[in-house]
Amino acid sequence: MKLLLNDVGPWFALLLVGFLPNEIWRLAGLVLVRGLDENSQIITWVRAVATAMLAGVLAQLILSTSGALALIPVAVRVGAAAIGFAAFLLAKRSVFAGVAAGELAVMAGAYWFTA
Amino acid sequence: MHVRRCHVTKSGMAEPPQHEPSPEPARPWPRVFAEGYFTAIRSVFFYVLVGNYVGLGALAFEFGFSFWWMAASTLLIWAAPAQVILISTLTTASLVEVALAVTLSSVRFLPMVAALIPLFNAPGLRQRDLIMPMHVTAISVWVEGIRLLPQRPRGERVAFYNGLGSGLMSGAIIGGALGFYLAGRLPVMLAATLLFFTPMALFMSTMRNARALLDRLAFGLGLAIGPLVAWLNFGLDLMWTGLIAGTIAYAVHRWRESKVSAKP
Repeated sequence: MKLLLNDVGPWFALLLVGFLPNEIWRLAGLVLVRGLDENSQIITWVRAVATAMLAGVLAQLILSTSGALALIPVAVRVGAAAIGFAAFLLAKRSVFAGVAAGELAVMAGAYWFTA
Repeated sequence: MHVRRCHVTKSGMAEPPQHEPSPEPARPWPRVFAEGYFTAIRSVFFYVLVGNYVGLGALAFEFGFSFWWMAASTLLIWAAPAQVILISTLTTASLVEVALAVTLSSVRFLPMVAALIPLFNAPGLRQRDLIMPMHVTAISVWVEGIRLLPQRPRGERVAFYNGLGSGLMSGAIIGGALGFYLAGRLPVMLAATLLFFTPMALFMSTMRNARALLDRLAFGLGLAIGPLVAWLNFGLDLMWTGLIAGTIAYAVHRWRESKVSAKP
């Protein structure tokens, strides 16, 4: 049996495969908190795995080959991310500076290489 | 030239240096909540979230979801990576695969919530008071909460954090609505560049949070191993990326720790 979106509709799908599988970790954090120390080895390892997964999400987004973002050459996307990161470091780890520089770079690159 | 001065209160007494705030008569929670809310909308994260969710709103539009569905997904899920996965895979993958990808992207909430909850310990706190702080926790709220909560009286922390979370969440909802509205009306190339807000905000806010070597190493290895795993096409890319890169980073961290503790 292979359930698809059309079998359940977007609202039920939102609850079933969006809200529940996401919220369960927050709930687990709340329920397990008595037993776990922030600095325990298991939490340290779990945090490293979570951080690496987040990096994996980021790589997928930047290198994505579908959707409107795929219209921008992949070299431009990677270059803009690098420029954004450089600005972030230069501006003393400012999230705003990094995001703004990366976004401006991707706009300039998209204009330059596709116009 | 700067002239150093003591902070002087209305009564003319110099304030003591920063200690754990002493217990004072509790102020009404709506007031504390409002303080948290306004702290949130003055935070840089508010504007990053608007930009990030403009990208997400545009993505939801592109995949054919409705305006209210997008807003509800922000209220209920409140995690940009999980929402990106949900929106971009729901129309093509099976529901089991989508649920698995969403849940794998959200594991970070377990340690985040677990590290946060002890900050709320106060006399008279009930378990159900912690449900909203648990739900509003996301990377941005957590970073600001960990930074700001220790400065506030314990009795005010739940209301303040709920305000902080609601403020940042409203930025996300405004951004999502804006992106949804703009996506159909903008030139396609501009819409594409708006989608770039999501990875940029994710990148910078994670790196800001990553101060320890372990976090940086895990992040860098994940960036390198993620595309490799995707190229090898095992399936469950994110889970393998997390387990492989995270475990290597953790092993290096342990090795360094043991080297440090071996020295006198």
